[in-house]
Amino acid sequence: MIEAVGLTKTYGSKTAVYNLSFQVRPGMVTGFLGPNGSGKSTTMRMILGLDTPTAGRVTVGGQPFRQLPNAPRRVGALLDAKAVHGGRSARHHLLCLAQLSGIPARRVDEVLGVVGLQEVAGRRSKGFSLGMGQRLGIAAALLGDPEVLLFDEPVNGLDPEGIHWVRHLMRKLASEGRTVFVSSHLMSEMALTADHLIVIGRGQLLADMSVKDFIAGNSTGFAMVRTPDVAADREKLTKALTDAGAQVQQEQDGALRVTGLELPRISDLAHEAAVRLWELSPHQASLEEAYMRLTNGAVDYRSTADPRQGLQQPAGAPAPGGWGMPQQAPWPQPVPQQQPYGYGYGQPQQHPQQPPVQAYAPPVNPYTQPAAPAAPAAPSAPQPTEPVEDAR
Amino acid sequence: MTAPVHMPAPQFSSTVPVERTHLGHALRSEWTKIRTVRSTIWTLGVMLVLILGINLLIVGLSSSDIVSDPVLGFGLFGVLLGQLCVMTLGVLVISSEYGTGMIRTTLTACPQRGRVLAAKAIVFFALTFTVTTVACALTALMNYATFGGKPVGEGSFLGPRLVVENGLTTASGTQWLGATVGVGLYVALLGLLSLAVGALLRHSAGAITTMMGVVLLPLIIAIFMQSDSLHKVQEKLIEYSSPNAIASLYQMPMLENGDADGVRQLVVLAIITAVALGAACATLSKRDV
Repeated sequence: MIEAVGLTKTYGSKTAVYNLSFQVRPGMVTGFLGPNGSGKSTTMRMILGLDTPTAGRVTVGGQPFRQLPNAPRRVGALLDAKAVHGGRSARHHLLCLAQLSGIPARRVDEVLGVVGLQEVAGRRSKGFSLGMGQRLGIAAALLGDPEVLLFDEPVNGLDPEGIHWVRHLMRKLASEGRTVFVSSHLMSEMALTADHLIVIGRGQLLADMSVKDFIAGNSTGFAMVRTPDVAADREKLTKALTDAGAQVQQEQDGALRVTGLELPRISDLAHEAAVRLWELSPHQASLEEAYMRLTNGAVDYRSTADPRQGLQQPAGAPAPGGWGMPQQAPWPQPVPQQQPYGYGYGQPQQHPQQPPVQAYAPPVNPYTQPAAPAAPAAPSAPQPTEPVEDAR
Repeated sequence: MTAPVHMPAPQFSSTVPVERTHLGHALRSEWTKIRTVRSTIWTLGVMLVLILGINLLIVGLSSSDIVSDPVLGFGLFGVLLGQLCVMTLGVLVISSEYGTGMIRTTLTACPQRGRVLAAKAIVFFALTFTVTTVACALTALMNYATFGGKPVGEGSFLGPRLVVENGLTTASGTQWLGATVGVGLYVALLGLLSLAVGALLRHSAGAITTMMGVVLLPLIIAIFMQSDSLHKVQEKLIEYSSPNAIASLYQMPMLENGDADGVRQLVVLAIITAVALGAACATLSKRDV
């Protein structure tokens, strides 16, 4: 059990965390979400007694962390995969941590086995990949068989097998009655792992609720409607739906995203307007969408469009080939976010704005055309996991 | 695939009883740390090469018929260089943890920060004191074998602190003590001071540079204090400068006045080191890492 009360941390004039109060309960995985710079790591450091709060307090099992008589036996933490001395081997690193809390050396080999690093236990951790570093950090956290576990971005740099393993490890740790507190940027990962969410933005609490409530409360479901690929049909239906009070948004591939009407009503309206439907499907927003919606106002670092004008040669300075080549008018527009739901229900795809796939197309920026190769690959064979994830 | 179902589980508690940790645990951990990094082997190895190697050179090159300085005194030159290695190691013991981020792992595993610093200081001091004293003892034996027991002729020039017994050169008990334990203690204390400076500055290069300044600057500044009004200050600077302190322990002080057994310099360095360690402990406990 972790309990924060009025936790506040200021660095000079900048407030990193402000009046944060929450509880992390045992027996479940609690996800800790927030945009970059929202104070997640600062909060984690305050829980672990590394940073002293400016105001408020945080306790672990009822005691401030720095007063725990044997911290690693109560709390295991992975803060930063690279927080190791690179010149020391994995085994020696864990050994010196084990000795610090009176854990027998046998336990070191045990946790090395748990995280799968036995083979490289004697190698200096300087040469470890990010994923191996994460595993070493997780091994250190597990060393003391603690009842409270904190993980800051644990799946960072892990391969799919590793991500799968971490997910199961956390669920297992929680099911044993431990308190598991995990921060992550990967929403799909959180959706699969966490039972409960604590969301902060700009250092303040935005939400503290179960994942299910969070999605329900911060997003609206919608219906995906697809008509035959005739502009007139689409417009007719759009008008009918809008007249009935729905909000209709046309997707890039021609499908319509309809909010505000029940599915049977949409079907009736289409029938009345004599428009055939090729698709009418209910959609629940994903955790990611709900999260984006909630934190939209609290994002500190937002990217802007890249006009790529800094690359253009000044007029009248022809360069031989390369950057100075005359461009095909404006650069292709960046492809908007893909909607994987839209494709792949047995319908012939047409992407009017995409050029036919060329063997070699020098002036086209490779970053702007991933839709062409991605479209047939990803959705044409609907994977069983995809719709299930959508439905959450 | 599977919706996370909230299943209330009983509160977990480890089956192995939790024991309260103490300084002994931290000492074992720090001993593991210091012996498992290469910088320890390198710095102490280079120090041994310098102390023993330079002494061997001196012994090999000297014409051992003319002895005017204390018999054990030639160990000084190797130690003057070797102390730099010990200082480097002292800084690295703590600043490498800051540089790599290991300090966060350490302080999460042992939130009693004073204990961590104490364990580091004790382990480092014990190790460097032992290694330096052994190296100095070896050079002292080497020098005694070479320069001791030489007959002193009627007309030969005798240095003020050369001990002569029955017409043969030898070393007094104080000289033996100073050239072995005394020098070992002084160098290890310098290393400990470096550790404290490393903890205060948290930056390897900065702390090593600072310690070089501490060792070299008093002497350099003293060279430029030639006016009579500053004569007293100049004398004090030279007297308590690190090279002169070590030289005094060998009974070869740069200034030929007053007693020169180096005990006062040792005491002064011990006080400075204690104050610096106290400051390091206070800031470490207070600071965010």
